[in-house]
Amino acid sequence: MPGTQPTRRTLLKRGGALVVTFALVPRAAWAEAARPADKSVALDEVGSFIAIDAAGLVTIYSGKVELGTGATTALAQIAAEELSVPLDRVTMIIGDTLLTPNQGPTYASLAIQVGGMEIRRAAATARETLLDQAASRLGLAKDMLAVRDGLIAPRSGGNGVSYAQLIGGRKFTVKVDPAAPLKDPKDYTIVGTSVPRRDIPAKIFGTFSYVQDFKLPGMLHARMVHPAAVGAKLESFNDAACRKIPGYVRAVREGDFLAVVATNEWAAIRASTAIVATWSAWAGLPDESRLFEHVRSSKIDRNDVFQSMGNTTEAPKAGARTLQATYDLAMNTHGSIGPSCAVADFKDGYLTVWTPTQACHLLRPQLATMLQLPPERVRCIFIEGAGCYGRNGADDCSSEAALIARRIGRPVRLQWMRSDEHGWDPKGPPILLDYRAGLDDQGRIANWEADIFLPERPMKRSGATLLAAVLAKLPKFGPSEPNLHNPGLGIPYTLANSKLTAHWLVDTPLPAAWIRAPGRMQNTFGNESFLDEIAAAAAIDPLDIRIRHLTDQRGVELLERLRTFAKWEPRGSRPRDDGVLARGRGVSYAKYELVRTYVGAVADVTVDRTTGRIKVDRVFVAHDCGQIINPDGLRNQIEGNVVQTVSRSLVEKLTFSRSAVTSLNWGSYPILTFPNVPDVVIDLIDRPNEVPWGAGEPTTSIIPSVIANAVFDATGVRLRSVPFRPDKVLAALSLAKSR
Amino acid sequence: MHDDETIMATTIKLTVNGEARALQIDDPDMPLLYALRDQLGLHGLHFGCGLGQCGACTVHYYGEALRSCVMPISAVAGGEIVTLEGLGTAEKPHPVQQAFIDEQAAQCGYCINGMIMQAAALLATTKRPTEDHVRQALAGNLCKCGTHVRILRAVMRAAERMA
Repeated sequence: MPGTQPTRRTLLKRGGALVVTFALVPRAAWAEAARPADKSVALDEVGSFIAIDAAGLVTIYSGKVELGTGATTALAQIAAEELSVPLDRVTMIIGDTLLTPNQGPTYASLAIQVGGMEIRRAAATARETLLDQAASRLGLAKDMLAVRDGLIAPRSGGNGVSYAQLIGGRKFTVKVDPAAPLKDPKDYTIVGTSVPRRDIPAKIFGTFSYVQDFKLPGMLHARMVHPAAVGAKLESFNDAACRKIPGYVRAVREGDFLAVVATNEWAAIRASTAIVATWSAWAGLPDESRLFEHVRSSKIDRNDVFQSMGNTTEAPKAGARTLQATYDLAMNTHGSIGPSCAVADFKDGYLTVWTPTQACHLLRPQLATMLQLPPERVRCIFIEGAGCYGRNGADDCSSEAALIARRIGRPVRLQWMRSDEHGWDPKGPPILLDYRAGLDDQGRIANWEADIFLPERPMKRSGATLLAAVLAKLPKFGPSEPNLHNPGLGIPYTLANSKLTAHWLVDTPLPAAWIRAPGRMQNTFGNESFLDEIAAAAAIDPLDIRIRHLTDQRGVELLERLRTFAKWEPRGSRPRDDGVLARGRGVSYAKYELVRTYVGAVADVTVDRTTGRIKVDRVFVAHDCGQIINPDGLRNQIEGNVVQTVSRSLVEKLTFSRSAVTSLNWGSYPILTFPNVPDVVIDLIDRPNEVPWGAGEPTTSIIPSVIANAVFDATGVRLRSVPFRPDKVLAALSLAKSR
Repeated sequence: MHDDETIMATTIKLTVNGEARALQIDDPDMPLLYALRDQLGLHGLHFGCGLGQCGACTVHYYGEALRSCVMPISAVAGGEIVTLEGLGTAEKPHPVQQAFIDEQAAQCGYCINGMIMQAAALLATTKRPTEDHVRQALAGNLCKCGTHVRILRAVMRAAERMA
């Protein structure tokens, strides 16, 4: 076999920094044994995160990865700032189970809030350690020294000593000190500035390497032949026709797992359509037109009561009014523009997978379980794929590539086709919410009750279950993650009497996992729509009713800023638009998961009464995520949240037969396109002295409700079912007219 | 392994980014995308849907935007193709590329090839388009990250520069 196994990790000096050059190691089965003796990955060790070489160049090892959000640039800013080194001296190595600490998956808007702060504390500890060493070497008290550009020198002037001189090329051996003093934000020169993203030029000139572009010598190409129905069994297959295709190598079957392998990509694609597979009939999905009846009648696993305040069971007092409403949100696909892709190599009992997963360190034990390998024989190396907004098909595709690689004994690149991605990524599940409220004779909220119906542990059926393990009937790694749809059910307002109940359903129609703001988008749609209904019933301005029930002054400040910069006028003060094109505006607010990022939005919409088409014209967002690391990067994220969620709110809806997903491409699963993209106007509230919170999701949570509330303002009609497609809008308008 | 009755490979000539290329092709129906990505190693264009729906694979064919994922290689034989790599480089960026950098108009960036190639084709023939015109011209290019507002700003900026 050509290409011998390197006995130790190959590192190259690139500009002096340690850079892993996996592409140059042809047949590596990188494993625990290959870890350089001096590279820790423990979360409590400085050396896990930071290395400084003899030229003073810094390498930061981050378990949080780049999903297209600019997080890597922001993390580099945090590290460079805390170390007081120029940003261009910092190289990032991200998402490698051999080299980077396990900082948890890159999800839940935690890359900066958690991952960044771990790096900040490690960098602060490193700086303090080096200051101690410098103090000793220079014979000066530590507080007489200052760091600038990686050089520690007396504040009074005179010769100093550089990081490179103190540690260059040697490892940090200290533990991360959680109490290490952090740099005063007033001294920041890198954090808080709009540093251009590091990855963008290469993406603009076509020189960036996505996982889809990654190659290994001798690599074969595979395509999946996924089942014709979700639960169908593979009865037989015949690849005689494939053998006429130049470059065809073989089929790989294991249980219901079927793939074709070829020497080139096009041959693999042709083979995947030429192969004849016979699948058993299966029709276990509910009737799509009665999806939410199915959800409502699904078996409940358990109930959780949240935010139980006061008494909601008392009989309504005289003069009181009651309101109730039911909301639902369709299933979504993640819909990354690039279908999932992974490259796997299985050699000498070691598996290496180059993967765009958001969770290298979770994928590793999952793959180890599936293939019955010790985890230390599995290495997952992140390479960026197309945008990742949650647990999409990346892990499943990686598992399939791994299985194929083990069977064929050569490196293999598997890319999903569009129909694989739309059909087989785990879905955002359908969610149903019921609300009831009582208003007293003064129009005040006397009680508030909510019930949400959502699947227990969306991972149970897929999130932690790799598709290859399901299809090939291999051992599955048990659910180990918290229920990501759990938080955020609560309302950010103070009410005397409230009770919120989550009804966790045993099952959901299709394998499900989290998509951006999982559960929080759905809960906030219910919460903020229903509060708007109450405001209308009580004839209170929608912005005022929110402020009236907030005791959190940071939230009040945000909403007052939103009022000013969106030029909000009390909605009761002008007549509802009754033209063919009805224009209106709405407001929505959230404190994400009730404990972090504050976000409020005002949307201007136009509703065409004849076609039922909604155009979101403009969205104003006020955003407070504490300390801002990179203002332009943050704006990019907020804009993305808005546009992506306008798409989910107006257009996106999974369709399915009794057997399988039927929305298998962009024709049957359309998304928002340029002509319908709103303007986005943002007011960032920077709080340099506060901790930074996440921004990847919070804005998403308020978009469906801000649109629905604006449509009500325009037309007097409530939209309670996401997406707000024209047929639903016309039906609602017609129903309102007939009343 | 395939049978002996394999189709003989044929040679197809193309001009790609100004260079004459001869490709050995064993299936004339193979989309241009695979020739460019897998045989010529040009990774600026991406596979997105294989259906001509998303635009991630866009190249220029005699200056016009073309979806390489659905165009059989035989149908463009002898033709002139320009890819993102040929449009401009870090040293000599095309004004549209420069504007995308100036506006930081990318998130994951997977679709950006198509956005730039589509916009460059538009601006080659249309001076000072309105924003609505740009929106219509990009209506067949999909982005899932929601980078649209920046992409629009970038194209309008490039349009101004190229006018």
